[in-house]
Amino acid sequence: MPSWAPLSADQVAEQRRGLSEEQLQHRRIVNINAETVTDVSATDIPGHYGPGQDDSWDLNRFAQQLRIDYHQNRPNDAAFSLIGLDASIANAFRRILLAEIPSLAIEDVFIFDNTSIIQDEVLAHRLGLIPLTGGTKGLKQLRWFKKPPPKDDFAALAVYDQDDLDPSASTPNDHNTVVITLDVECRWATVEQDGRDGKQLAVDGEIDPTVRYINSNVYAHQLVFEPQGEQVQWFSGEDVIRPVNPDILIAKLRPGQRISLRCHCIKGVGGDHAKFSPVATASYRLLPHIEITAPIVGSESRKFQRCFPRGVIALQKDPASGENKAVVADPMKDTVSRECLRHDEFKGKVKLGRVRDHFIFSVESTGQFASDELFLDSVRLLKAKAQKFKRHLSELEEGR
Amino acid sequence: MAQDGDREMPDAGAGADATANGVEYVSEKQRLRLLPGSTDTAASFAFDHEDHTLGNALRYMIMKNPNVEFCGYSIPHPSEPVMNLRIQTWDDVSVFEILRKGLNDLEDLCDVVEDKFTVARDEFNTAHPEQAAGR
Repeated sequence: MPSWAPLSADQVAEQRRGLSEEQLQHRRIVNINAETVTDVSATDIPGHYGPGQDDSWDLNRFAQQLRIDYHQNRPNDAAFSLIGLDASIANAFRRILLAEIPSLAIEDVFIFDNTSIIQDEVLAHRLGLIPLTGGTKGLKQLRWFKKPPPKDDFAALAVYDQDDLDPSASTPNDHNTVVITLDVECRWATVEQDGRDGKQLAVDGEIDPTVRYINSNVYAHQLVFEPQGEQVQWFSGEDVIRPVNPDILIAKLRPGQRISLRCHCIKGVGGDHAKFSPVATASYRLLPHIEITAPIVGSESRKFQRCFPRGVIALQKDPASGENKAVVADPMKDTVSRECLRHDEFKGKVKLGRVRDHFIFSVESTGQFASDELFLDSVRLLKAKAQKFKRHLSELEEGR
Repeated sequence: MAQDGDREMPDAGAGADATANGVEYVSEKQRLRLLPGSTDTAASFAFDHEDHTLGNALRYMIMKNPNVEFCGYSIPHPSEPVMNLRIQTWDDVSVFEILRKGLNDLEDLCDVVEDKFTVARDEFNTAHPEQAAGR
């Protein structure tokens, strides 16, 4: 143990007699000055404050001080605060949400007929970006599909042969691939089929293509899910694979043009292609901290209130003098624009900052999974990574 | 019956119990290497296909250990999917123990976060049933 190793409890108590709660709270703040940001790094590392403070990992202390406050839990939009975590862990959760949670998206498009003006590859790219949804249980048990590289790509082949996946992962089957087809042809509206004569309307001056033609706009709801094999049990009724937003415009057609294709959807991660990312975005911000060190009263307080978004600063009537005094009401609404630091009248009266371990997460799902389940998956995935490397570590130690 | 000493029962093969849970055990490729020049108290590890996600989190957990003199991670080149982690310890503590403890602590942390999050989420759902409508 080093010389600054933690002391016994009595020695600690003696050393900490001089430290007030306020001073301890100051250690949690990242200071935001007019043109600099200071005290950014976390200081809860053993030895940073000397032997008087024991910052070594203690699961019970962590469990006691960790707080999770929920603000909003709509199905595709969740906002919650994690208090007491370190930035590296919160960032790990955020990165996993964006890039490592598997989801389903269209990957291979087999085009039989595309006489539209949208090029094949552009059409395939657009189809890939359409967010899909379906039965959660079915989606979770889908297996991976790893397409074998083409025979002339020696570099990729060399890596592929050593890959450690399930042998059936290289052929598409009902456990790893979902098939969706699209078959749309555009034609003029006719009296017999549609009740209006498109050609006649055009001659008479109608320019709206949705009136003149049928299927001139190809929407996402025209994608047809074709369950294969055992998929009928997983994806039927409420759980069919369907686009989250049925009104996404895929292509525009004119009479005689036809799109006929079959899509293979597979499981992938956001790190491979952004279409596989299950979150529209997942982000966090730190809780802003506003400290009014000298009283701001009267008309100055009104100006001070206007420096912040509505609701951040409230004006309290001081009973003694009858004037308004500025107090901090709701720092969470603040956007830390530092407007108050631009004015000379508030110099020295206000200190801005952010609380280093209070993370206000905002997880917005694209619709395939629910936001709260996504965050839980992210936590479980980090745990699975740690477990995986524990196994690798055991193998490494055995080999030595 | 004459006992001629204890008989050793040979262990079952390594893969024998693999399908115990019904989950198919797929052999994993080794993704952890020891870089040359490492000793028992000062070592560099190379994690394949890992990046800041695990690197920074693991570095934090390992730094919380008072036996660690130095812990840092780096990504040698962004084009290669490798993350290097160096651990140096005080006295004679083994780096492998430190790394294992760091991974264990990370798992425990994830468990605590998962439990607390589930509790907070369920409490919020019961308190605000109108937001959960449409699930």
